Amino acid sequence: MLIAQDLTLRLGRRAILSEATFTARPGALTSIVGPNGSGKTTLLRALTGELAYEGSVMLNGHEVAQTKPWRLAALRGVLPQATPLSFPFTVGEVVRLGQQGGLDAGGPDLSQRALARVGLGGFAGRMYQELSGGEQQRVQLARVLVQVWEPTAHGAARWLFLDEPVSSLDIGHQLQVMQIARDFADAGGGVVAVMHDLNLTAMFSDSVALLAKGRVMAQDRPEAVLADALLSDAYACPIRVNTPPVAQTYLLPHAARAAAE
Amino acid sequence: MVALSEHAAAPTGDRRALARRVTLLLVLLLLAVSAASLTVGASGISLRQIGGDLLAGRELSLRDRVVLFDIRLPRLAMGMLVGASLAVSGAVMQGLFRNPLADPGLVGVSAGAGLGAITAIVLGGVLPAGLAATLGQYAVPVAAFLGGWVSTLLLYAIATRSGRTSVATMLLAGIALGALAGALSGVLVYMADDTQLRDLTFWGMGSIAGATWAKVLTAAPLMLLALAAAPTLARGLNALALGEAAAAHLGQDVQRLKSTAILTVAGAVGAAVAVSGGIGFVGIVVPHLLRLVSGPDHRPLLINSALLGAALLLAADVISRVIIAPAELPIGIVTATLGGPFFLWILLRRRTLLEL
Ligand SMILES: Nc1ncnc2c1ncn2[C@@H]1O[C@H](COP(=O)(O)OP(=O)(O)O)[C@@H](O)[C@H]1O
Ligand SMILES: [Mg+2]
Repeated sequence: MLIAQDLTLRLGRRAILSEATFTARPGALTSIVGPNGSGKTTLLRALTGELAYEGSVMLNGHEVAQTKPWRLAALRGVLPQATPLSFPFTVGEVVRLGQQGGLDAGGPDLSQRALARVGLGGFAGRMYQELSGGEQQRVQLARVLVQVWEPTAHGAARWLFLDEPVSSLDIGHQLQVMQIARDFADAGGGVVAVMHDLNLTAMFSDSVALLAKGRVMAQDRPEAVLADALLSDAYACPIRVNTPPVAQTYLLPHAARAAAE
Repeated sequence: MVALSEHAAAPTGDRRALARRVTLLLVLLLLAVSAASLTVGASGISLRQIGGDLLAGRELSLRDRVVLFDIRLPRLAMGMLVGASLAVSGAVMQGLFRNPLADPGLVGVSAGAGLGAITAIVLGGVLPAGLAATLGQYAVPVAAFLGGWVSTLLLYAIATRSGRTSVATMLLAGIALGALAGALSGVLVYMADDTQLRDLTFWGMGSIAGATWAKVLTAAPLMLLALAAAPTLARGLNALALGEAAAAHLGQDVQRLKSTAILTVAGAVGAAVAVSGGIGFVGIVVPHLLRLVSGPDHRPLLINSALLGAALLLAADVISRVIIAPAELPIGIVTATLGGPFFLWILLRRRTLLEL
């Protein structure tokens, strides 16, 4: 379990998060949504122990702020919104950096399998810095996947924390990446994902937390949270769920999900 | 060389086997350069003849013995240690600052270490007697280490904001720190009396020509310590290439990693500067070449940097002995002549690095 209680976080003098409460179960995909600047990334950074917080974050029974980095690394992988890379590593080398951090550090090389998983089979020998933004994002996902390759270890769940994992991907790869997260959860792991696209959120999540102005307005099943009143309030604009705009072109990614089942 | 790296990377992107082959080549190169370093010079001696003498159980001639054991061998040991220290500290600094232009000589760390060394020589007399006795002959390298440490800490604090290093700030702050340390050193040299001036000359300026066993033994512990510590940083520096946050998520204790890296740089540079003055560009040329050939993975990079740094400095030393024989050119001039254009080449190839 991941249980965050009364999480308050200040950067400078401003409170970016106020008394946020958030939970995520193993075996489930839990999404965090909310408008720009509402504190989604900050919440994720607190949950992963990157930022100091007031309150409590318990991950599999460990208080995150008091847990050694190497122990956390064995338990969860983190995909940031953007990852800089300062030297000319190959794609394969970048992915292996992830494996070095996890429980499979001494095991057989998983990079090829992880790259195939994110649709980048055959990319291992390319230079990372010469890839497109979307390809780089998927390489980073592969790096995080090999860190926590088995969704459970010693009978406990391992975790993926993903900050806008599909933000620079085309629609096909958005679905592919969300399916990877879904599969990780279905195999017993826990997934916490900051999401931008509410349609994808509705399709893939088991639980959704809605943030606005540093507060968690609601956390519940997707159909309960992704409702007209709550969303309109949070995003400060009229939003109607389940009502496609009239006489405009629109896409229904839901077909892919239906086909998969 | 670029073609080699791209070819070798395909198709798994794994350059570890390539890096191991490079290590082997560098060992051979170092042996060859060492042989040259022992034999080339104003009073030529022949390794073959000495080897023959030793095998046949004959006594070496007095002249050969003096040249070999009292002049050439300490110079060889010093060259290896200083070259390896400068190259490794360059590689560690570049990993720590996450950019390939960080070099102890360029960003004021060597100047800080030099100020430390000069302070110990000129103001060493005012140390409490107990402390002076404890430090003994190590006072100069230890002071240089402290000088290098303070300047690296300052530089890191100035150039790094919330986990990001600005290359421009780093280079500019380095220039300022270097100039300041240089000015203070100048004042101290001006204050020095005759004995102290002799000591200053003894410690040498951009030279390993005056190497003696006493000097080697004084500086070696610090350099060996730093060289031994460096490979333990490899995994952390690799993770740091993804930024501080990602490195922590990969299990690194980032604060400890940074402190250890800074101490390692200070130890290696401090001791190297204490015995040889500032020898520039080794720390930037060596890691850069190795990254081109076998990639930025720090595990082989740090070891190969030590080998190539040692070989390069010995080679520069040999050149400095023969180029205007029977006189000798200061080795710093040789490394700067080779390294300056190389540095410009890096800049021109990758203008984006500066992002001014
Ligand atoms: N390092 C920082 N210092 C001060 N304010 C910050 C910092 N990082 C983020 N913020 C502010 O905190 C708020 C929430 O940011 P963030 O969590 O990144 O939002 P998002 O929901 O878009 O991911 C924003 O108003 C942002 O400006
Ligand atoms: Mg964000």
